[in-house]
Amino acid sequence: MSQGTAGGEGAPQVLPEGKERQRKRRRRKKESKTRLVRSSLLLPEAEPEKSKRTVLACNRLKTTKYTALSFLPKNLFEQFHRLANVYFVFIALLNFVPSVNAFQPELALAPVLFILAVTAIKDLWEDYSRYRSDKEINHMECLVYSRTEKKYISRYWKEVKVGDFVQLRCNEIIPADILLLSSSDPDGLCHIETANLDGETNLKQRQVVRRFLELDSEFDPLKFTSVIECEKPNNDLSRFRGYIIHKSGKKDGLFKENLLLRGCTIRNTEEVAGIVIYAGHETKALLNNNGPRYKRSKLERQMNADVLWCVLILLIMCLFSAIGHGLWVWQYGEKKKPIFDVPGPDGKYLSPALASVYLFLTMIIVFQVLIPISLYVSIEIVKICQVYFIHQDKDLYDEETDSQLQCRALNITEDLGQVQFIFSDKTGTLTENKMVFRRCTVSGIEYSHDDNAKRLAMYQEPDSEEEEAAPKGGTLSQRDSICSHQSIKVMHRSQNTKTHRRTGSRAEAKRASILSKHTAFSSPMEKDITPDPRLLEKVNECAKHLEVMRSHEQPLSHLSPELCDVFDFFIALTICNTVVVTAPNQPRQKVRDRFELKSPVKTIEDFIRRFTPSRLTSGSNSSSSSSLATSKSMHRFGLSTLSSTSTDSTLLKLEEKLAYSAQMNNNGYSSQQGRTAVGGAPEEGELRYEAESPDEAALVYAARAYNCSLVGRLSDQVSVELPHLGTLNFEVLHTLGFDSVRKRMSVVVRHPLTDEINVYTKGADSVVMDLLLPCSSDDPRGKHQKKIRSKTQNYLNLYAVDGLRTLCIAKRVLSKEEYGCWLKTHLEAESSIENREELLFQSALRIEKNLHLLGVTGIEDRLQDGVPETIASLRKAGLQIWVLTGDKQETAVNIAYACKLLDHDEEIITLNAESPETCAVLLEQCLQCVESKFSNNTIDGATGNMTVGFTPLYPPSSSVLSSLGLVIDGRTLAYALEPALEDKFLALAKRCRSVLCCRSTPLQKSMVVKLVRDKLKAMTLAIGDGANDVSMIQVADVGVGISGQEGMQAVMASDFAIPRFRHLEKLLLVHGHWCYSRLANMVLYFFYKNADVPAEVLIAIPQLYKSGQNMEEYQPHMFWMNMIDAMYQSLVCFFIPYFTYYDSEVDIFSWGTPITTIALFTIILHLAIETKTWTFLHWSSCIFSIILFFSVALVYNASCPVCHPPSNPYWTMERLMGDPMFYFTCIISPVVALLPRFLYRTLQGTLFPTQLQLGRQLSKLSPETRAQLLTKLNVKETMCQTRLFADSFSPSLGSNASDCYKADNQSTPLPASPQTRESLLREDTKADHKTDQTAAASPQGAVLYEENKLPSSASGLERSMGFHEVRCGTSEVESLPLGTTFPWSSAVDQADFSLLKWITSTPLFSHIGTVLQVSSSSLQNETQDSMCVLGSSLHVDFKGLKEESSNNLQDKMKGNSTDHCKNENSETTFL
Amino acid sequence: MKNKTNVLPREGEAQPSRCPDNTAFKQQRLPAWKPQLTIASVLSSFFLTGAFCLTVGVCLVLSANSVREIQIDYSDKCSDCSKLRENSSNWNKECHCSVNFTLKENILGDVFMYYGLQNFYQNHRRYVISRSDAQLLGRNVNIQRSYCAPFSTYRNGTPMAPCGAIANSIFNDTINLFYNHNSSVIQVPLLKTGNSWWTDKNVKFRNPESYNLSSAFAGTARPPYWQKPVYLLDEEDERNNGYLNDDFIIWMRVSAFATFRNLYRRVRRVRHFTEGLPAGNYTFHISYNFPVTRFKGRKHVILSTVVWSGGSNPFLGIAYLVSGTAATLTGFVITGIHLKLRKKKTYFQRR
Repeated sequence: MSQGTAGGEGAPQVLPEGKERQRKRRRRKKESKTRLVRSSLLLPEAEPEKSKRTVLACNRLKTTKYTALSFLPKNLFEQFHRLANVYFVFIALLNFVPSVNAFQPELALAPVLFILAVTAIKDLWEDYSRYRSDKEINHMECLVYSRTEKKYISRYWKEVKVGDFVQLRCNEIIPADILLLSSSDPDGLCHIETANLDGETNLKQRQVVRRFLELDSEFDPLKFTSVIECEKPNNDLSRFRGYIIHKSGKKDGLFKENLLLRGCTIRNTEEVAGIVIYAGHETKALLNNNGPRYKRSKLERQMNADVLWCVLILLIMCLFSAIGHGLWVWQYGEKKKPIFDVPGPDGKYLSPALASVYLFLTMIIVFQVLIPISLYVSIEIVKICQVYFIHQDKDLYDEETDSQLQCRALNITEDLGQVQFIFSDKTGTLTENKMVFRRCTVSGIEYSHDDNAKRLAMYQEPDSEEEEAAPKGGTLSQRDSICSHQSIKVMHRSQNTKTHRRTGSRAEAKRASILSKHTAFSSPMEKDITPDPRLLEKVNECAKHLEVMRSHEQPLSHLSPELCDVFDFFIALTICNTVVVTAPNQPRQKVRDRFELKSPVKTIEDFIRRFTPSRLTSGSNSSSSSSLATSKSMHRFGLSTLSSTSTDSTLLKLEEKLAYSAQMNNNGYSSQQGRTAVGGAPEEGELRYEAESPDEAALVYAARAYNCSLVGRLSDQVSVELPHLGTLNFEVLHTLGFDSVRKRMSVVVRHPLTDEINVYTKGADSVVMDLLLPCSSDDPRGKHQKKIRSKTQNYLNLYAVDGLRTLCIAKRVLSKEEYGCWLKTHLEAESSIENREELLFQSALRIEKNLHLLGVTGIEDRLQDGVPETIASLRKAGLQIWVLTGDKQETAVNIAYACKLLDHDEEIITLNAESPETCAVLLEQCLQCVESKFSNNTIDGATGNMTVGFTPLYPPSSSVLSSLGLVIDGRTLAYALEPALEDKFLALAKRCRSVLCCRSTPLQKSMVVKLVRDKLKAMTLAIGDGANDVSMIQVADVGVGISGQEGMQAVMASDFAIPRFRHLEKLLLVHGHWCYSRLANMVLYFFYKNADVPAEVLIAIPQLYKSGQNMEEYQPHMFWMNMIDAMYQSLVCFFIPYFTYYDSEVDIFSWGTPITTIALFTIILHLAIETKTWTFLHWSSCIFSIILFFSVALVYNASCPVCHPPSNPYWTMERLMGDPMFYFTCIISPVVALLPRFLYRTLQGTLFPTQLQLGRQLSKLSPETRAQLLTKLNVKETMCQTRLFADSFSPSLGSNASDCYKADNQSTPLPASPQTRESLLREDTKADHKTDQTAAASPQGAVLYEENKLPSSASGLERSMGFHEVRCGTSEVESLPLGTTFPWSSAVDQADFSLLKWITSTPLFSHIGTVLQVSSSSLQNETQDSMCVLGSSLHVDFKGLKEESSNNLQDKMKGNSTDHCKNENSETTFL
Repeated sequence: MKNKTNVLPREGEAQPSRCPDNTAFKQQRLPAWKPQLTIASVLSSFFLTGAFCLTVGVCLVLSANSVREIQIDYSDKCSDCSKLRENSSNWNKECHCSVNFTLKENILGDVFMYYGLQNFYQNHRRYVISRSDAQLLGRNVNIQRSYCAPFSTYRNGTPMAPCGAIANSIFNDTINLFYNHNSSVIQVPLLKTGNSWWTDKNVKFRNPESYNLSSAFAGTARPPYWQKPVYLLDEEDERNNGYLNDDFIIWMRVSAFATFRNLYRRVRRVRHFTEGLPAGNYTFHISYNFPVTRFKGRKHVILSTVVWSGGSNPFLGIAYLVSGTAATLTGFVITGIHLKLRKKKTYFQRR
């Protein structure tokens, strides 16, 4: 069917035979860069035969590696890429050499074959699942035009060929890259959702090829005779170039706006049709889908290194044996061959040299166990088990989406335990990408929308789902019935359910999944906004007034300014956007008959004509349709040249026409009202808003909550329905679209009520606030305005602190003269060919000024559940978290604050450079600054110099954490990633606690990851949900995809797919640790253990994760330690039986069997020492292996006397078991072999416990105790944080601290004994001293000191923050000096106190205690830091800070000292 | 591509929740014993181990000491014989020698007579495998395909019976013990059967089926080092002849070490010897055939009793004693550490 002609590939042509050759030659050069596509319908039926030879890919998807035939050879070939396999096969083959062999060759082959078979079966299974999914995709159906039946018929995807005509309906997935030729949309538009490709959920518009748009009749494929010439298949998603050559010879350009990409989904467009340009593997989507990198875990790499060491040891051992053997043979001389030296089969004796060579090879076989063949198999098996357990973890299951974690890479589970850097996408990963309207401020009055907040809170309670679902049942069923007629292909649909929005409960999820088939943005959470009653009242009042005014024809200015603002605010929310309104059950339908003109004002004539009833026609509008210049239809700017001659004259008429048009508009209004009365109201609930960015939709939904709903939007008109007023039609004169430089968008409309020309602007607060009309402070109104502005600014700051995305809404009223004036230049700008963008930009700047502030909105980009907590605990686990996002800087920073990635008391370094040079300078400066800070030097006015770069968004309040956040934008990042600067960039980034890269491209994301991975040699993890994260996910050591949100691209590329971000915590901290620790242990001991530190403890103490990062459990020295221990053990296992049986009648088997038995016992007991947890599985496996050994030995030794020549251990075991010596040997050897290790473990466990062991210790406590202890730890943690926070925000708090301390002292139930008091004071001074020189203090003291800081800071905080639990904590300690009567009522308290103490008290290992006492250590940093600050000469600006921190310090020191001494007391009394 | 996952729930189907089961196993929460290796918890095990090892060690040492054993190296006692045997061409020349020794005290109980070899690497890799178990089981097998080469057939194709290097190198000295009792020489009655494993004698070794042994081994030849064919190993006892010969069976059970002993005879406890070997002068009459000088070896004849714990080797007892002592000492040391930590009041052991 297909007749596309791929040039340069010798594709057959349809041209007449004679010319063909010559043309071909000519084309070969030219066509090497392009592809020609013709309609497949033009070909005769026989042609397909011919075209089969073409190299054009058909649409069949094939990702399988093997076919039934090629599986065996290909798989074996692949497996032999693994060095280990080659080695094992080599060993096995060596066994077949008679003069070398050590075992029966067949027997030696068995393990190798087993390994190969296991791997092969695994590969086969994987390939089969790939095959199945391919098949599923290949057998999806789509409508393809059939020439024979002259209509579109259903075909499988795989049958689609280049040149075919495909018709797609709403919500269908596009099967191939298709050139859009027809659309049911009147404007020739088609909306597609590209979530599968780039992770962006907003709808993109695609445009029918221009000439086909102008077709009067329905598009008929049979009449399509044009030839399309376009690029060769490439993977650039954002580019498509080509042209279509019509029969007439005319050429039309083709752009990416004309191309529907495979994998996208058609939305809101009933039907589209197009011709297939690229199919199958040549589609851009698939070309982008590179195969995943083969990932090898770090542990495995390390293990491989150690295996290489093993090889070396093996070779040395073999060499040693061989040389020894050679010498031994040689000493007997040539003639006097000993009788036991058996000559070769030919009767000749081997020369010593040859004998040693043979022995060398034999020894390789004999010692092959040194390189553990079973290790690789065991690892595979263990990993499969681990994957199974991870899969089965209930905590990683997401109820809403009914999805669980998927491990897609089986071989890197243990890498999860070693991650050092996390690179995260923002949208959809940290956030739900769901914008929810939270609060707003209108004319200086804040409406906090408490009810709305309550409602949102409801979504987080899963229990509420039932009640919530009930009242909405009606609409639900309605929607069901609506969707039923569209769900033709159920399977098709199933793809869509993934893309539904995040919701708070399962019922919500279901509902959302139904809705998602129709629109991209419609989750009840975003839609059903509960209005603030006060504001609602105002809106109603306002509307009432307006109604009255309109009926009495009063001017609007009679309205109070506040109400006026409220009204305009909502109008602006409603119309200042690019939201598309659709009814759910049908795609967008446009009513064309209301106005002739469908586009905004394009020319002066246009403008005049529009305001003229006589409908003057001119021919100019037909040429004004180069919509390709911009992608947004709403801001299509015509190319038509302005007829400058007529401008002046027409402008003269302007006034008059405008006056007329007002009248006309009113007519329009009334007619509208009539229409609305009929059909508008009931439909209201059904309207859906689709926007290019979700926050736009959020605002429209918010406005709708105030009964100010957008009911229709045409390119030149917006219909707004208002209470009491009915529908108002705003005539859109211009839409000045959003751009990242202006950071705002505006619409120029004519107000239907006042008939004024209004500019509504919506934009980032940073820019809009500067564009406001300067208000004079003289007149009261100006003052009022000023007050409003400052109030608003305050609220804005508050919103920002809350992590809300803020937008300012402003308005400007233009007089007609102003407008006319502006229009002139604007039209000039529009019509100019050169630097049109620049001119339009200038034009926009001209109109967006002197604005009147209406209000601000705070939109929440809702974080996923548990994101801040997860980030906090991951950070505690020593992970550095970078966020790489394509979002704009403000948004990204807001979110970073919201998810606690950045702290408000953190210094933020913002890098925004315009050129590589500035970037270099900035980096240099920042680095210096940071370094000087770290080395505790003065900041020497660096802040002053850094006008551009070092912009502390929030003043470095107390620099308590001495932590830095780095914010860098895409452009600067590009410079920073250049080889010259990358080192500096990394050095800076390393110092920062968190890094935020905004506006970064997918490529940059992957470059950053790569940079860190390669330069810092760190283990990296990338997490993302969209296709834009794919490259990053693939580059990282561990790629994690968020499943079930935005398509499957990220998931497909990932190694692990988790339903939500918060699952990362458990995945890393628990499973990662387990996998790593167990595998490390297993690699070291070649065995697998079930569990060690329990999950709760791992989650509760994220610091335990560091053990994995530092590779604590598998360190090089441990390998050697183990090798030495193994050597010792093997010597014991050998020599004890050797000396026992020396000079006895023991035969070779009766001696070998005890050795084997001893080895088994030793291994199992060794394992028992190393096993941290014994479940019945362990018991049974140990017992089972012993029983198995004996029974197999007994059976084997009794089974047959000559079965396996030459070995013949017949009856050996039976005889041995009757011999007491056997038992005595078997008992003493393991004991001797393991005593050292046992002793070592004991001493280590007692004296030098690792963190992990302490964690285990925790787990030994009773559950309640543990829970309480953990919560206590956490409470303290949070308190510390709160305190820091509080410190930074209320400096007065710090100064209160000393009072606080006093109060604390008074409240303490101190014992009456004056001695204690004295000692207390003594200790106090001592502690003061200590604080000054922490380093010099004795370790024990230091530890205690650290520990005690905890309660102290807490008590300092107590009063101001009202934490009463803390007081119990401290008073508990404080009451200790009572000594005789322990006031501890519960054993629980006793337990955790003692544990804490235990941890910190071991003097040698104070650092462990330090680490465990997170909060305390962080506090210590704090102290140190503040001390440093004290010690250094400070910038004047920091004076306040100094005071504050000194206060803090004082407080802390005092607090510490008291508690410190108390603890000392407590210790003595206790013991 | 993106549609690849087949784990997606199909719409419309009542998909059972994919929530994993909340079982102890799947959630990795099996009840478990989590021992902590700390001094306090392992202290007892050190002492227990120590006590046990010491006890066993004492028993073993005592029992090993109760063994009476006399070992006589005769490799050089008959110097002319050993010289004669150095040259393999003298294989058919007989050489006898006698070794005198005196028992100072009685050896009571069952007395076993061993021959011992030093430096004879019976555990040599190629030596160990050079045998055909099937042939020894009396089966008619093609020994050329066995591991016997080069001791499988002669050049003319006659198979060796038994084949292989082990059989070929059989210890072929004959040792007789004489008791010089009151100037009369009494031959000590020795049992030459019943010395091998019962399973070897009755299961692993069979003569080929035939009406008599010589016909059973017809068509085969003796191994090159042998002086007589296999069916003449014991002409007196039909049941100790051929492959079933005890000396042969014992030799075929290759030793684990280069220094080893094999049971040769047992003293038959009759007449003078009902109690064992009485003290007095004895003479070994040895037919010296087995050459040891070629491999710098030695050969002994050993008279010994046995106890429940084996022979006279005291090693295991000493090993027990040493490790028992070590464990106990370690126990004390760590107790010391334990107490020291306690005293320092920083070591907090929860009960």
